[in-house]
Amino acid sequence: MSDLTDLTFSQLQRALDEGATSSLEITTAYLDRISMLNSDLNAFITVSGEDALLSAKNADLARRKGISGPFSGLPIAHKDIFCTNGTATTCGSKMLANFVAPYDAHVVSQCNKAGLVSLGKLNMDEFAMGSSNENSFFGPVRNPWDSRRVPGGSSGGSAAAVAARLTPLATATDTGGSIRQPAALTGTSGLKPTYGRVSRFGMIAFASSLDQGGLIARTAEDIALGLGIIAGYDQRDSTSAEEPVPNYIDTINQKLSGLKIGLPKQFFDDRLNDSMRKVMDCVITVFESFGASIVSVSLDHVAESIPAYYVISSAEASSNLSRFDGVRFGYRAKQPSDLTDLYERSRSEGFGREVKRRILMGTYALSEGYYDAYYKRAQQIRRLIKQDFDRAFEACDLLLGPTTPSTAFNLGEKSSDPVAMYLEDIYTVATNMAGLPGGSFQAPLIDGLPSGFQLTGPAFSEGRILNAAHQVQQATDWHTKHPAGAP
Amino acid sequence: MSLTSDDVKRVAKLARLGLTEIETKLTLEQLNSILILVDQMQKVDTTGVAPLAHPLELTQTLRADQVDESNQREKYQAIAPQTASGFYLVPRVVE
Repeated sequence: MSDLTDLTFSQLQRALDEGATSSLEITTAYLDRISMLNSDLNAFITVSGEDALLSAKNADLARRKGISGPFSGLPIAHKDIFCTNGTATTCGSKMLANFVAPYDAHVVSQCNKAGLVSLGKLNMDEFAMGSSNENSFFGPVRNPWDSRRVPGGSSGGSAAAVAARLTPLATATDTGGSIRQPAALTGTSGLKPTYGRVSRFGMIAFASSLDQGGLIARTAEDIALGLGIIAGYDQRDSTSAEEPVPNYIDTINQKLSGLKIGLPKQFFDDRLNDSMRKVMDCVITVFESFGASIVSVSLDHVAESIPAYYVISSAEASSNLSRFDGVRFGYRAKQPSDLTDLYERSRSEGFGREVKRRILMGTYALSEGYYDAYYKRAQQIRRLIKQDFDRAFEACDLLLGPTTPSTAFNLGEKSSDPVAMYLEDIYTVATNMAGLPGGSFQAPLIDGLPSGFQLTGPAFSEGRILNAAHQVQQATDWHTKHPAGAP
Repeated sequence: MSLTSDDVKRVAKLARLGLTEIETKLTLEQLNSILILVDQMQKVDTTGVAPLAHPLELTQTLRADQVDESNQREKYQAIAPQTASGFYLVPRVVE
């Protein structure tokens, strides 16, 4: 058998089923690889070695007794935004550097119930605010394809860990592109489900009307398996959707002939660079070879989706992050002179620059006299964006476009210019504004660096997106490329 | 619209964030460049468009009105910076 860390999540599942390996062997192989590579990549904030080995032994025992579920003993790692009972949950922030949650996030408990073995917690931009993973209190994550480059963000640790084969599957979250953009920049597959598809219980809030948990893996098939584990109604999240969870594997091999793929013309205008355009042409050709038809559609408000997104997400963040006050949990400033000093210094010392900038932006947008010009107008534009999508899906089944304007940029390249960093999300934020599912999947390499194509569908069409992506992955080898630098 | 440093100080106070003079200056520059981006929204005609607060426009589901939480004060206070006798401790507020 080849090296266990070369196998995908579904290949590992088969190997376990056939008795070709054990969870202990798999877990040990991943932990060894993490200890070899993580000091360079900085993808994990916490490695749960002992707990992982114990769960692996228990999974093997259950399997021998014939009482284990189908995913028992398979490895996963969690973005450090998901609360884990008993191990640190930092959210990439000094504010929560020593925080140990008293309960598990719904996503984590679903994984635990399925018998998955958690390898540890993954690095991220502080409070999921960022597109480069440079905003982590625990230092930037390096892109496994080129250590001078960023892995994208905010789920940079999840994407880098999967790309470098430190885990076959990782949880992640996406508020404006934080699953899809890092997936594209690291040559991995990532899915942001429909808003409400996956419970947000125990997932530390950034912008509550936009946040959604999802997955990063090496293949669409692996995501289909993982989504079946984490999706579903949870009464502890009042926005959780009471929508049955289909078996995503059952529909993954459907033929795509007759499928209508829409190309939003705003994604293919003169702002798209030549190399990205060539890559998209390759992807379109593959869909045409399946008998899918290509139609042009219009998303009129793509350009305004970025400013509207920054107003809404910052406003919601300023409200959500008001809970960090140095009193009940998290960082507390030393020797406060009075209560105001306690609040102000705990927050000023505990939050990083980008988080403070967004809290200030959001507070301003919600302050007296500015509500109509900012928050209300942003919500009106949000409706126009949703209507754009509704119209587009009358003409097609899925939307196809690039995930990012370019391949991975260098560390430091955009970190001093917040607006340049925000524009990195031009192709992804509209999807969140409309609450729709979107996935990024491996497209051909550009000068040796990964690129991604994005599929967006109507609400609860995750199965259709994964079906389309899986067919591309059956017909091409784009998803099998992996970083040469990593041994 | 562009901000003045007094605006930044006012907003920082509302957000309970202490800023040094240098931070105030940098924040002012950055927020003003973000506001240029944000002001692109003003180009859109939003007359008669109802604001959209929730992407799926679902009605909030209500749970049955029965107690389902137990008192876990000790567990939750174990992670607090400072507590005593079941209370969270803060600097003296009333003299």
